[in-house]
Order: sequence, then structure tokens, then C-alpha cells
Amino acid sequence: MSTLTDPPKPAFRLSQLIYDTRYRSITIQVVALILIIAALYWLANNTVSNLAALGKDFDFGFLSQPAGYDINQMLIEYDNQMSHGRAALVGIMNTLLVAFLGCIAATIIGVFVGVLRLSKNWVVSRLMAVYVEGFRNVPLLLWIILIFAIMSEAMPQPRDFRGAEPAASMILGDSFAITNRGVYLPRLGFTNSLSGDEVVASQDGLTPVASGGLDWLLILATLGISIIAMRFVTNRANLVQQSTGVRPNTLWKNLAIFFVPIGIVLFFLGVVIVRPFLQGFNFTEGTHLRNSLIALWLALSLYTGAFIAEIVRSGILAVSNGQSEAAFALGMQPSKTMKLVILPQAMRVIIPPLISQFLNLTKNSSLAIAVGYMDVRATLGGISISQTGRELEGMLLLGGFYLALSLIISSGMNYYNTRTKLEER
Amino acid sequence: MSEIHAHTVSHVRDTMLPQQAPPITETGVVKWIRENLFSSWLNAILTIISIYVIYRLLAGIVPWFFHSVWSAESLSECRDVLAAKGLGAHDGACFSVLTARWHQMVFGYYPSDLYWRPLLALAVFFVGIAPILFANLPRKMLLITMSVPFICFWLLWGGSIWFPLTTALGFVLGYVAMNFVGKSISPLAGVIAAIVVPLLYWIFVAGALSNGLQDVIPLDIETVQSRKFGGFMLSVIIGLSAIILSLPLGILLALARQSDLFIIKTSAVIFIEVIRGVPLIVWLFTAQLLLNYFLPPGSNFDLTLRVIIMVTLFASAYIAEVVRGGLAALPKGQYEGGDSLGLDYWQSMQLIILPQALKISIPGIVNTFIGLFKDTTLVVFIGLFDPLGIAGAIRATTEWNGIYWELFAFIGLMFFIACFSMGRYSLYLENKLQRENR
Repeated sequence: MSTLTDPPKPAFRLSQLIYDTRYRSITIQVVALILIIAALYWLANNTVSNLAALGKDFDFGFLSQPAGYDINQMLIEYDNQMSHGRAALVGIMNTLLVAFLGCIAATIIGVFVGVLRLSKNWVVSRLMAVYVEGFRNVPLLLWIILIFAIMSEAMPQPRDFRGAEPAASMILGDSFAITNRGVYLPRLGFTNSLSGDEVVASQDGLTPVASGGLDWLLILATLGISIIAMRFVTNRANLVQQSTGVRPNTLWKNLAIFFVPIGIVLFFLGVVIVRPFLQGFNFTEGTHLRNSLIALWLALSLYTGAFIAEIVRSGILAVSNGQSEAAFALGMQPSKTMKLVILPQAMRVIIPPLISQFLNLTKNSSLAIAVGYMDVRATLGGISISQTGRELEGMLLLGGFYLALSLIISSGMNYYNTRTKLEER
Repeated sequence: MSEIHAHTVSHVRDTMLPQQAPPITETGVVKWIRENLFSSWLNAILTIISIYVIYRLLAGIVPWFFHSVWSAESLSECRDVLAAKGLGAHDGACFSVLTARWHQMVFGYYPSDLYWRPLLALAVFFVGIAPILFANLPRKMLLITMSVPFICFWLLWGGSIWFPLTTALGFVLGYVAMNFVGKSISPLAGVIAAIVVPLLYWIFVAGALSNGLQDVIPLDIETVQSRKFGGFMLSVIIGLSAIILSLPLGILLALARQSDLFIIKTSAVIFIEVIRGVPLIVWLFTAQLLLNYFLPPGSNFDLTLRVIIMVTLFASAYIAEVVRGGLAALPKGQYEGGDSLGLDYWQSMQLIILPQALKISIPGIVNTFIGLFKDTTLVVFIGLFDPLGIAGAIRATTEWNGIYWELFAFIGLMFFIACFSMGRYSLYLENKLQRENR
């Protein structure tokens, strides 16, 4: 019997830190950490001494000071007596607004163009190819400036709309006015408004109408409840189908659940459409979309739409022909084939790059600077910085906002990717 | 049926009929139009809409283009010429702004008697890039490639030739130190020497040496301030230097992000995500407003240079993601193969992994470059004169006040030509790689 003993451990030598792969990784990491900390310390040290030399401190207190400037487009209440923080929030809302509108429009354009580019129709597919290549290969900034120039130079002035024989006229039954000051759209007003503080119009002898947050909250809540009820009905139909094999018809029920409650709510609020009309030298009432918003929105959606079109096209091409043939061989209808076989597979290819295009669009919305759209870069990163002289704090907050936004979006994308990942063995 | 003979049936044809032409709807243009444009109702409607759209676009652009005026000194003169032809102010293009100001669009405010210098720099650049693009050129030409940055710098900015020469000498010193120390002491000491020796040389010796040599043998050409750079020249300078500088940085970042070492990986991830999460325009403003805070007090350097540094960092994060895709696309067996041959990390990266991974990522790198080149237009917001900035400056003069479309069309066309051809090149590479990997 021999006793089992560990072989004698060689004594640790310093040279092992470099030549032994077990320890070398630790050495490298420690050295890297020291270098990184040294570099950060150097930067921080420089910053502190530079700030001291300029007589500035590092303080976010400016966010609660009165801003003192006006913002021409606001989704939440704001006036120039409110704080810089509030102004930044208005800017954030404006950024999110144009990003949201842009993402929707770009997706619609992209899906249309991507599908049409695969069309067997020669003229259509060529036209779409020209659109895609044209927008992809020219800087976005140029498109923004160009569309802004078209809007402000080539569109009629509001005064062209007046007179017996006006040089320009409103379109779609006198509802929309496209002028060089922006686009005027009709909006909804309520004769029995719940909030009633904001009087909108007394137009054409109508009773005064108002439109406030409470009304819209009620409408949204009604729509939300209807949608939940519709899902409930659909789920019940699924259960019935699973147990009996016969699917009850849900179409009429669903339509009724959707339209009846909202109809009743709108009736009791006394909904009217408030059209913009010419008063003095400008249009009043209605919703005013400024040229800056229109130019930014159109350019962002057309530019990103061209990229999305390519993504959609490659996603459709990525699903092999055999898949649809197999589905037909199983006797599936074309609509079911699309819904159950083609789309789920194409979506796996399409969604990740699509979301990164949304991310690009959101970041590109900072080009609002070219047309003077008041986004967060213009309020927090522009006027607030130049008024308070807080470059460091302002830029940090601005960068932090964009970073947080993109991290949220990309973590959503990662979640989707892990959920739809193919199981590989 | 065999009883049926010729005489029992009423008529038997005994000659062949000549071949008939196929029906007109089944041949040529008509068939093509029927199949491609009007195969269904939906298709027919789409075709008609498309043709209408094309007609509207062409009807707007073609007469405008054909009535263009190419020789006029100012916008009002151009409008007079149009009016003399009986046309309105907006019925014809005033491309005379291009004939009058093309040099500004291309070179910015670079002194006009020195235009040969950027052109020569471009030619030198193409000579330098040739051995990288075409593998069958002699490898000795890579030496020229390495000297290109210094030559181009000297040609563009001018000044004493000794400054770029002494700077380049630092790299030579580093190389010599690495070989000498690496062979005589140990490879690790060689690497350290290759970093330390040039740094010491640049900090303590290079400036004095450059000035001293300039005093002894003055060899200089006229200095051009970088605020005189502009137009497409500026876009090309920023784009090319950023992409060339960001390539090595991006590869290192990608390797760091794929590394097993926790601290290195984490710092690479943070760097890449922070850079990519924030728009370029915010980085440019950072370069303009904040860079002076981060540098030692009193240091102040050129805005163009700051922009190049910022754009380089920005591009390197994007390149890192592209290269990471290439690294991830390689089968695991390649990594294991390198390990089983006993190669260490850098050897296996250099000899096995990177050649394959970079080859896969070339199309992505080209696409990154296209995006970067388009993004160089953003420098207009921090006061540099890129093509859009020059267009604004031209519009601000009394002669050309109010001119929009002609300048936009020209800038758009130039960018389109550059980006479209690069995009085609990347497509060609992609197809070639697919064929090779099959």
C-alpha cells in the first residue's frame, strides 16, 4: 500500500506572473485596471483643475433655475418662467415625439417599399430601387435641409389662401392647409368637455368647444378596456374551439365591443371636428405642425424607410421557397401559410436590424438642430448650456439621456433575440 | 382503327404547313409588358401610379435642368438670362453658381495656387492604398503605404518637412527597439521598449530635433491653417483619416470584447456601448465644448484635429461591432485548431483568426465607412466648412443670396456617386466571399 499524497507544490515564483498562463491573465487585468484608473484619474484631475481655473463648480442646481426662454412646440405645459429641468423635459418629449412618429412612418414606408421592390412588376421594382438607393446614399442632413427648404420656400403663404380667387386652397374639404409656416390639421373638440378650461373655438357659429387632458384620458381608457374585452372574447373562442372543435363567430361581437362604447363616450362628450381657418394673416385653430417637425419627420422616415425596405426585402428572401411549398402541401390556405409559416421566420430575421434602425432614427433625430426643431439637444444641450455656462453638466445629462434610451431599446431587442433564438443542439 | 386509310377519310393533308409566327401577345415587347406590368389588376394599378409618379418627377426636373444657365456672375444675372428666354425665375437651374464657385465646393478656402497639394496628396493616398487592395502588387510597396500618412499630412497642412519626418522617426525607433530588446532580453521587454522608447523620444527629443534640423536645413512649404480647409476636401480628409485610424482601434476593441479577461472585456463593452449609444452630433459638441476640460490646463489644439479624433473614436466603436460579428461567425474549430497547434493568443489571432474574420467583415467595414462619410456633413454644426457649410456661405454672399436647389443637387449628386460606388464595391466583395466560401 502506498499512501496517496499530493505531489509537492512548487514554490510560487514571481516570474510565474508573466510566464504561467494561470497567473498571467490576472497580471494583465491588474495592469489594465491600473492603467484605466490612472487615465480616468488624469482626466478627472484635469477637469477639476480646469473648472477651478475657470471659477466654475460641478453642480446640477441650474436645472431648478428659471429657464427664461420660450419653446415653440410643447407637449406638456411650459412657459419661460419654468425651470431648465422642465425645459429639458419638454425637449425630451419633443425628441420622443419625432422619434415615435418617425419609427411608425419609416416602418410603413419600409414594409411597402421592401415588398414592392420584390414585385415582378418591372416599373414598380425599379422605382423602388431608385428610391432606396437615392435615400441611402445621400446624407440625412441634406434631406432634412432639402425638405425644410421645400416646405418653407415652395409652399404658399397663408395670405395666398384669402380672397375670392385664392392662389392656393385647402385640401380634403377645407380641412388641411399646407403653408410655408407649416401644416394645419383639423383637431377634435368637445362641446361637453370634462376639463373645459382650454376653450378652442367658436367657429362658424358653433357652440364653444374645448379639449383637455381628461377627455383624452377617458377616450384612451375606453379604448383600452374595449381591447382587453376583445382579447377576452377571442380567448374564450379559442377555448371553445379547443373543447368542441367549432369556433364561434367572434367578428360581430368584437366589432360591437370596439365601436359601441367609444361611440357612446364620444356622443356624450359632444365631439366636433375643429377645422383650421384663416384669421388675420395666419391660420388659427386646428393643430399646427411646424415646418421643422414636418421636415425632420419626413426626412427621418424617408431615410430610415429606405434602410428598413432593404431589411424587409432580405427578411422575405431569407425564408426559403420550400417552407411555403411544404405549407401548401399540408393543405394550408395562403393566408395561414403567411401568418403561421412565413412571417414568424421572416420576423426573426427582420426584427433585430429593424430595432437597431429605430435606434438609429432616434439618435438621428438630434439632427433637429438643422431646422431649429426644439428637441432635447436644442433645449438642454443648446440654450440651457449657453445661458448657464454649464457645458459639462448639460452634455453629461444629454449623453446620459441618449445612452439610457438606446440601452432600453437594445435590451428590449436582446430580450426578443433570446426569446426567438433557434434551439441548437 | 387500323382500317382507316387515306381513301376512307375525307381529307388528309400531305404537305407541312409553314411555321406561323406566335401570337403578338406572346412575343416581344407586348408579352413582356403583359407579364411584367399588367399581369393583374393590382399590378396594372401599381404600374399606372408609378408611371404617373415618374412623369411628375421628370416633368419637374427635366425642363428645369435643360433650361439651366451655366454662365452668369450672380443669381440676379442668371434670372435675367432666364427672363430673356421668357422663363420664370424658377423654370431653369442656375448652375452658373457651380461654374463660379466649384473651387470652394471642392477645396473650401484652401489657397487657390496650392490646389495641387491636396490633389497630389490624394494621388499619394491612392498609390499607398493600392498594395492593400490588390494582393498581387509587390509587398515592398507596403513601405510606401506606411509613409503615406506623413506625406499627406505634410502636403495638406504644409510647414516644415522635419516635423512629420521626426515624428515618423519615432515609429522607426519603436520598431528597432522592439527587435533589438526583444532579441537580446525577452519578447515582453521588447514590447515594453517598443512603447516606451518612442514615447520618450516624442516627448523629449522630437520637438527639439525638428526645430534644430529646420534651423540647419530649412525645408518648408507654405503652411495652411486648418480653418481654411473645406468643401469635399474636408469631408474626404475627415472620413479617410477617421476610418484608417479607427481600423486598428476597432480590431483591438473587438478582440477585447471577445476576450476571457473580465476587466478588459467589461471596459471594452462600456466603451463601445457608450460611444454607440450617443449620437455623433453630441460627440462633436463634446469635442467642441468639453475636450479642453479633459486636457491639461493650457493645452489647446486645432478644432479639425479634435473632430478627427472624435470621429475616429466614434467609428472605432462601430468597426469593433462589425469585426466582432466576423469573429463570432468563425466556427469554434478555428480557435481550437490554433490552440491545439500550440500557438499563443497573439499568434493564433494573427495567423488564423483575424485573416478570416477580417475577410468576412470587409463588407461591413465598407458600409461603416459609407455611413461615416455621410456623417462628415455634421461637422457643419460646430463651424467647419464641409460642403453644406460652404453652401451656406455661398448663399450668404450678395451674388448668390437665395440659391438653394442647385447647390443641394450638386452636393447630393457628389455624395451619391461616392457612396453608391462604395456600396456596389461592398456588394461585389460580399458576392465574391460567398462564392469563395461555397
